[in-house]
This record gives sequence, C-alpha cells and structure tokens, in this order.
Amino acid sequence: MSKTTVSRRGVLKTGAVAGAGLAVPTIFTASSVSAFTNDPTGSSVTLGFNVPQTGPYADEGADELRAYELAVEHLNGGGDGGMMNTFSSKALNGAGILGKKVEYVTGDTQTKPDAARASARSMIEKDGAVMITGGSSSGVAVAVQALCQEAGIIFMAGLTHSNDTTGKDKKANGFRHFFNSYMSGAALAPILADNYGKDRKAYHLTADYNWGYTTEEAVRTSTEAMGWETVAAVKTPLAQTDFSSYVAPVLNSGADVLVLNHYGGNMVNSLTSAVQFGLRAAEANGKNFEIIVPLYSRLMARGAGKNVAGIFGSTNWHWSLENVGGAKYAGTNAFVQSFGQKYGFPPSQAAHTVYCQTLLYADAVQRAGSFNPCAVAEALEGYEFDGLGNGPTLYRAEDHQCFKDVLVVKGKENPDNEFDLLEIVDVTPAAQVTYDASIFGGELGSCNPGA
Amino acid sequence: MLGLNKKDASLLVVVAILVVCAPILLNPFPENSSLAQFNAGYPDLMQRFVIFGIFAIGFNILFGLTGYLSFGHAAFLGAGSYAGMWMMKLLSINVIPAIIFSTVIAGVISLAIGWISLRRSGIYFSILTLAFAQMAFALAASVLTPITGGETGLQTNLNDPRILPEFLGGGSAVDGNIPKPSLFGIEMTASFEIPVAGWLWTFNWGYYICGIMMLIAFYVAIRIFRSPFGLMLKAVKSNQQRMNYTGLNTRPYMLACFVISGMYAGLAGGLMAAMDPQVGAERMQWTASGEVVLMTILGGVGTLIGPVLGAGLIKYFENIFSKINKATLEVWFGVFPDWMSDFFVTIVYPFIGKGWHLTLGLLFMGIVIFLPGGLVEGGQRIRKLFNRKSSDASAKANPAE
Amino acid sequence: MDAIVLQILNGLDKGSAYALIALGLTLIFGTLGVVNFAHGALFMLGAFCTVTLSRILTLSHEVVDPTRKDFLGNPLKVDVPYIYDWFGESTGAAIIDWAVPLSILFAIPIMIGIGVLMERGLIKHFYKRPHADQILVTFGLAIVLQEIIKYYFGANQIPAPAPQAFVGSLDFGALVGFEPGAIIYPYWRIVYFCFAMLLVGAVFAFLQFTTFGMVVRAGMADRETVGLLGINIDRRFTVMFGIAAAVAGLAGVMYTPINSPNYHMGMDFLVISFVVVVVGGMGSLPGAVLAGFVLGILESFASMRQVIELLPGVNQVVIYLAAIVILLTRPRGLLGRRGVMED
Repeated sequence: MSKTTVSRRGVLKTGAVAGAGLAVPTIFTASSVSAFTNDPTGSSVTLGFNVPQTGPYADEGADELRAYELAVEHLNGGGDGGMMNTFSSKALNGAGILGKKVEYVTGDTQTKPDAARASARSMIEKDGAVMITGGSSSGVAVAVQALCQEAGIIFMAGLTHSNDTTGKDKKANGFRHFFNSYMSGAALAPILADNYGKDRKAYHLTADYNWGYTTEEAVRTSTEAMGWETVAAVKTPLAQTDFSSYVAPVLNSGADVLVLNHYGGNMVNSLTSAVQFGLRAAEANGKNFEIIVPLYSRLMARGAGKNVAGIFGSTNWHWSLENVGGAKYAGTNAFVQSFGQKYGFPPSQAAHTVYCQTLLYADAVQRAGSFNPCAVAEALEGYEFDGLGNGPTLYRAEDHQCFKDVLVVKGKENPDNEFDLLEIVDVTPAAQVTYDASIFGGELGSCNPGA
Repeated sequence: MLGLNKKDASLLVVVAILVVCAPILLNPFPENSSLAQFNAGYPDLMQRFVIFGIFAIGFNILFGLTGYLSFGHAAFLGAGSYAGMWMMKLLSINVIPAIIFSTVIAGVISLAIGWISLRRSGIYFSILTLAFAQMAFALAASVLTPITGGETGLQTNLNDPRILPEFLGGGSAVDGNIPKPSLFGIEMTASFEIPVAGWLWTFNWGYYICGIMMLIAFYVAIRIFRSPFGLMLKAVKSNQQRMNYTGLNTRPYMLACFVISGMYAGLAGGLMAAMDPQVGAERMQWTASGEVVLMTILGGVGTLIGPVLGAGLIKYFENIFSKINKATLEVWFGVFPDWMSDFFVTIVYPFIGKGWHLTLGLLFMGIVIFLPGGLVEGGQRIRKLFNRKSSDASAKANPAE
Repeated sequence: MDAIVLQILNGLDKGSAYALIALGLTLIFGTLGVVNFAHGALFMLGAFCTVTLSRILTLSHEVVDPTRKDFLGNPLKVDVPYIYDWFGESTGAAIIDWAVPLSILFAIPIMIGIGVLMERGLIKHFYKRPHADQILVTFGLAIVLQEIIKYYFGANQIPAPAPQAFVGSLDFGALVGFEPGAIIYPYWRIVYFCFAMLLVGAVFAFLQFTTFGMVVRAGMADRETVGLLGINIDRRFTVMFGIAAAVAGLAGVMYTPINSPNYHMGMDFLVISFVVVVVGGMGSLPGAVLAGFVLGILESFASMRQVIELLPGVNQVVIYLAAIVILLTRPRGLLGRRGVMED
C-alpha cells in the first residue's frame, strides 16, 4: 500500500507541510477540503475490490479478483488492452483514469452483509477508495450499495441477480451490469415453451431468501404467461445441504418440470439429488420430465459434474458467446484471450461482469472529467455502449440497471474439458427482457457526493 | 473511587485512557509507510473493537462468573440490532431511543430464553441456548422477512416514518438522501482528523459514543464481579449442588445474570445498528455466538479485561489480515532480490488475504496451547518475567543478610 | 400414505448420516469428555480422501489432439490417465468409476492415522483442561484443517459420482405392494443406509464383545479405577479416538456421491451433530444413533409441502424445536446418563 496516495494522505501531506511537522490541530471534515468523499489529489486513484475470499463463494470471488487485476493492468496501459480495444467509447487511453495511475485494495465480504460493509468501510475510511465494486450475492450487494450511498462513493455491483438490487433497494450511487431474475424469467420462458411445449406443469423448489423469492416469482409469472401451470412452490432453507426430502415428492405431484430456484452450493446439491432420484430419466403426464435452473454459472456447473447435462438455464455471459453469436458480441474473444493468456483458463461470468464494471466506471470518470460521484453517475445514466461482449447495452437512468441480451444455455452432454460445460442454446434480445422501471417499487433518491 | 478498590479503580482508569487514546495508539505507523496496512485506527474498526468489547464483557458476566456456556448469545445481539433499527426507522434517527430500546428488547428476550434454558445445566444448557438462537436466525432469514428484511437485512429507507419532531431526529429525508444516525444533529460518521508529522489521527464521534458506553459497561461489570451478587454466582460455578443444599434457590440469581448478560449483548447490537444502519440475519447465526465464546476464551475467561482483548484480537485479524493481498506483499518484500522476494511472498501468501482464517485458526491453537489462561495470562507472565528480573537484581545487590 | 413412507425412507437416509457423525462424536465427546469441534472437519477429511483418491487415479499425461481446439483456439490437450496406459481403457475407466467404494480402503488407514496423531499430539494434553480450552483448540484445528483443504482443492464443490452400477433408483413401492413408481429411491442412498447400519453394528459389536471394548467401557465409567488395576487406559483411548475419526471419515467417504464435497461441509454438520449427541443423551452410543434417526425423520416430515403450508418456516427450525422439547421433557436427552457433562 505504500504507493497509494489518496485523499486523506494528500490532505495529510498538505497538513504536514503547513505545520512543518508540528502538531497542527486542524479541525475539518472531508467536505471542507474537497467537494466529495476521497477526492484523489495525488498521482494515483484507489479502487476497492470487495469480493468473497472465504466461505462458499470464495472461488467465484477469486475469479472476480483476477478480472479486476486484469482490468487495472489494462487501464494502466499494460497487457494487450483486452476489451478496451473493442469498447465503443474511446475515452480511455491506457494512462490510468484522468491521468492518475489506478491502484486497488482488496477485502473479504465473507458473503455476509455485515462483514462486507466492514470491509467496504475500511476501504473508504482507511484506504481512501473512491469506488467500491464486487460481491457475489444480492444480500451483500444491497448492503454495500446502501453503505456507498451513505458515504458518498460509487458502487459498481458485481454478481448480484436479485431484482431488489436495482428494484426496491436501488440507490443513486449504485450501478449494476449483471442481469436479474426478471430478465432470466423473460428470457427463458419462450425458449422453454419452444423446447418443452406450452402445456407443462411446473414444481418450484425455492431457496428461502430474497433472491429465491424474486427468481421464483419471475420464472412463475413468465412461464404461466406461456400457458404453463404451477403445481407447487416449496421453500427450502438456505442452509439445507441434503435436498432429498424436498425432491422425493416431486415425481408424484403431477408435475412434469422441476424448477430449481437455487444458486451456488444449494443448486449443486439440489440438482444432484434430483438426478439421483431419477427425475431426468422419468416420464410424467406422458412427457419427459425436465429440470430447469434459472441462473447458471460455470463454477456451479463444475460442482454438479455430469448432472447438468441437458439442463436449461440462463446466464449473463459465456466465453463462447462471440463464436456462437457472431460479431455482434465483439469484445468476448478479446477478453477471453487476454484473461486466458494470463491465467490459463477462460473467465467466468462473474469475472466478465466485474471487468466490464471497472471499465465502465473508468470510462464514465474519463468522460465526466471528474471523480465526483454525481458527475460519474450522470455520465453512466442512460449511457449506451457496445463492444463489452454483450452487444449493444443501455445503462438505464431510472434504475441504474443494464439492459442487454440474455443467454439461454444448457449443460453440455459431452464436455471437452472442465471449462466447456455450458452450451449456448439461444440469445434473447434485450427488447424482450426490458421492463418498466417502476414495477419493483423503491426510490433511487439523489446522488450523494459525501460532502 | 466510585466504590471500587484501588486495583479495580486503576484498571478502569487504564482502560479509560486506552479508549480515549485509541485513535493515536492504534495508528502506530506513519500513513505513507508500507506498514500502514497494520494501522487499525480508523472509525469502523475502532467502533467494532469497543462494541464487540461490550458484547464480550456481557458474555463473560455469564460464562466467567457462573460457568454456564451460552451458545446462543448472538440472538440477543441480533434482536438488539433489529430493535434499534426499527426505532431509527419509526421514531427518529437519533441513536438514543435505538440504544435504549435495543437493550430493553434484548432483556425481554433473554428473560424468556433464560427462563426456559436455565432449567438445565452444563452441555444441555448450551444446546438449549444454541437451539433458540438457531431458530431465531433461521426464522429471521426466511419467514420473518417482513420484519427483518430477510437475508438482505434491514436498512433505513427514504420513506421511513420517523415520527418524532425534527430536533429529536425525526422528520423526512432531505434532498433524496437518507439521514444518517446522529445524536442531536451530530452524525455518527462525523470525525475530525489531526495530521501530525507523518501520522494521521481520526477522532470519530461514533467511536467516542461507543467508547463511553463501553466504559460504563466495564464499570458495571466490575461492580457486578465485586458484589455479593457476583459472589453468589461464583459459588454457583464452584458447586451448584451445595448451594442448593443450603436451601438457597439459585435460579433467580442465574436468571438475573443471564438477563444482564443478554442486555449487554442487546446494547452492543443497538450500537452496531446506530454506527452502521444495516442489520443482517447472519448476526444471529451460531458462528456469531461461537465468535463471542472464542473472544472470551482467547482473552481469558472470568477476567475483567480479557474478553475485551480477545474481541479486539479477533476483529483485528478479520479486518486487517483479510485486506493484505499479493500486491501488498510484493511491495513489502520488494527490497530483497527477486528470488528472495518471490520466496517470501510464496511463504507468506497462504496466511493473508483469503487465507486469513488459517492464521486465525493457528492463533487460536497457539494461544490455548501456550497460554492456558488466554491473553491475560500472557500479560501476567510478561509482568512476572520483569518482576523476577528486578527481584533477582535486588537479591544480588543485597547478599546474605 | 406413499408420501409418508417416502419421507420415512428419506429420514432414515438423513438420519444415517447424522447417526454416523454423532456416533464418532459421542465416542470422543460423551466418553473421553472432550468437546471436539474438529469432528466435522474429520467428516470433511474423509470426503476429501475420496477426492484425493480419484485425483490419484486420474493422474494424467497430456496428448495433443490437433483436430479439436481449446478456448483460446490452440490445439486441444487431452488428459489421458496413466491408469488407461497400464490397464487398458476399459479396465482403467472401471477402476476410476469405482473410486468412491475404493476410497473406503484408502480412507481407513488415513483417518485412523489422523485420529491417533490428533489425540497423541494435541487432544491428550487437553483431557484435564476446562471445556472452554478444548473448544478453542479444536475449533482452531478445524479451521486450520479446513483452510488447508481449501488451499489445495478450492472452495467449490467437487463432484464425486457413485459407480455407474449404482446410478438410478429402486422402485421401492413396487416391492412392498404400492403402485409402481409411487415410491422410488436412489440405489446409492440405500447403499448409504446399509453401510451406516453395518458400521454402527461393527462399532457396537467391537465395544460389546471384545475384551478391548470391555476395558474401554470400563474406562469410560471409571477411568481412575481401571488405571489402578494396571491397565493402560490411555493407549486404548488413543485407539478409540482413531476409530471415532475413522467412523467420521467413512461417513464422509460414502456421503460424497450424495452431495459433492467442499471444504466447508464439516462445519455444516458440526452444529447438527452436537445437537444430535446431546439430544441422544451424553455418554450414550445408542442414544446418539437413535437421536440421529429421530431428528432425520422429523426433518424429512417437516419438509413436506403440506406441512410447510400449514406451518410456514417449520422446515427451518424443526430440529432445534425438537431438541428443545426433548431436552425439557427428558433432562438428560433420550438415553443419557446422570452426571456426564452436566456441570
């Protein structure tokens, strides 16, 4: 950390010079010195990367951290530039942000809102971070977003899929690139109808917490609109590890589709149980029994092994997108090359979204010409961009949510290697997953520069 | 002084001085030095030190005095936090109602849980408290979502009612921003900073409010330890059966102790909500209950200052070691030749950043193996070492009388 | 009716995992008087014996396949296990397929070794220390073991499937006179239940019918007197610790196909296994097994849709609720002895 020079330290130097090393009790708050929290006055700027490093999502956090390091390298002009070359905005020039060298601090969210906030506060109060980003769950994202709003810092969410993050808990200082439950439901429903027919009876198993609720609701609403019927929806405890008692009754319930609104370890375990109970091979109502996982991630697919074969789900991004979907998704290959060369395996969707978020933030600062959160927010609001791997994308002003195409994927039957687990079935265009900003309630409030 | 004997009074004074000077003492390294990473003198961590100090002091009143190991104390911490949070949402953003109400609610809940759990002793008591806390956690994270905000947690909102008049911290949001918890207009996050030579000291209002609460809590704990009531509790620890045979009903004493301990936890919970307006259900999980047990044992069970030290140590590791990353290491070892620096980085890397749990685990084992009485015993041993040296010296100076 | 039978089956299956872990824990906790917070970690280590063995079996060399490409567009490197070279592809694949059952043989010596090492190196010095110290040192040890596993294997779950022969389910309902398809149950879970029964039986037989077991039981009841008789009870306790570790480890080995193991799985079971032991009654081996099954079956029933609709959230708390009710009605759990860990 010796190289980081941040507002507090910048201030410190001034103070030290003025006092010539003597104790000068200058009573001030940040506001009297600059217009916003942690204004970087030195030759560098510090970003805070707050990711899960312990607990169940530690591997996802590690992948996010790799992407952040890559993004910082590219912003500072190192490496091959990655997606900076394909990004539609050319404001970034490889000389850091606004000419300041990008430095970073890391912290551990432990996937607990409390710990995540403690870590973020230490970045703000101790290290002078001007932006906080990262995380691998919605609970953490919502908690840290609220903290950043209060402290006057920009929050660029990492992997968070609940509607709440940019819905009922949205904040003016928070931005999300990742997609959400609603979009998953909207993207999946037509493709499920095409593949499995419009006359299906679904049984939902839902993780008993906020993300589970929003996902169940999204998938239910959109599949019911297609003509499906929901037989039952059962909530499963978040801490559950053996799902046999939830899965066993499914086959005799009259349902012919099982929807697993689970993520991470929950999803790996429930899917494993479902396959063990022979649901994949079973028939019900004269049709093949099917399983659906609304939110997929490659790391989870790896944990579930062969059980994912042929199972549909949605994802924000996948490393094979440009090869399958064509030049519309430019940036994907550039990022995969750059990441793969450095680390030896393809990036996950979590890595992709946080890389994009870092670039988007840097670009917004560059275009706004200031690190002031209000200026940055203004530059991001309603911003349309392309070339970051998802095709043309809009950062909607009303709720700070990105709108882009959503990938529908299924588990590969015969994967070539341990990274090649998902295959892209279809891409649902952004227009089909766009919704009215007011449907989830919540108030954005106004941006807070912390002054 | 204040009804304390000389030894206790001096301990209280020392603790008070430490609390007041913490922003200076915890920042021993100049801001721009590479060791500034180890500085702990920033508001969030200092607040956590004293808040968890209160929590651990309260836990120690129960465990240290009576030997009853509660494995569900986090439930009271969480209940206090939720209660405080609702006060800040409904009544006013002023922290005083929040702190009072959180202590009271935790007291009521601990009365109920204690009344049932204290029917059993030993491990059976521990499991009963654990079961209650786990139920509280599981329900708070799921079906109680309307009250607790579920897994995401409870936060202040723009459209909270805050019905009290404005000078008491009520009123609606200004300029689309949620008001911050405050004490009659002084925001908990407000600090003033004093740069001295290379150092930067941050004096934070929230921290000093927590600090004062901790000193009060500490003082009350000393009084309890030294009171006839405390003596009664110690007697329960040494032999409850004998106590019962003397015809004395120990239950009311135990229950009072349990409730006091729960109220300490509630106070800590309320302060946590007041310092950082966010409450998550995981604050009630068994790992959180386990943490306060570890803090107390680590510091020294039954000692006055031990639990506070234990709390500080665990929170220090959690917040400081988890933030060291490979890039930091490379800076530290950058002075060595490349091969040596790579070697050191490889050796140290597993213990920092994502490996901070490993360091913590080793620390637990090391302390309990080498210092059976916890940190306090470590302190005593060091003191003895010095005393022996000086007495040796004096012995030599005065040969055979 | 069939739904109830199905949940009883589920309960027996869940219960056998609880019972196995609690059995080992009781051997240490209820008899040696050591609060072993590292017991969950032993369960986890067992599971990772399986992972390690399958890693060893699939040790590979790379063969470049120019016809296929990897994600960067370079020729794909295909891993070919050495075992294919030695035994031919079909035999090699069959050996890898049977990695989980093979791990039993692999795990027994390793887990006994770990148990003995733990007792001799660490736990032995804590017999006379307060329970608080035991908690701290074993919790520290659990964290250290967990972190070591995480360092080498990562935090994600690692699939360890059952042999192909056990994939699929048995139509249990058809066997006992229900409609075909009404009650089907996976083969591997049936295997797990039988295995658990076998292991529990073996431990009981060992304690009940061997001289060694008799001495150990005497030592549990009154350690000092047995010592006075000139019997080296310490060494026997070491062996018991090794056996307890092996039981936990084997429970973990066989559990891997049910849930893919990760470094954290021990902690997930830790709290529940303490609850099981205490509900069963301190110092009672049959109590631990009984409580394991009782709580497993209750948990299964509470997760039925009809029950959850009636009492929302009951599936979250049923185990703890049952524990409270049992401990309040039966002061020493189901089959507990007077005076063990009551102070």
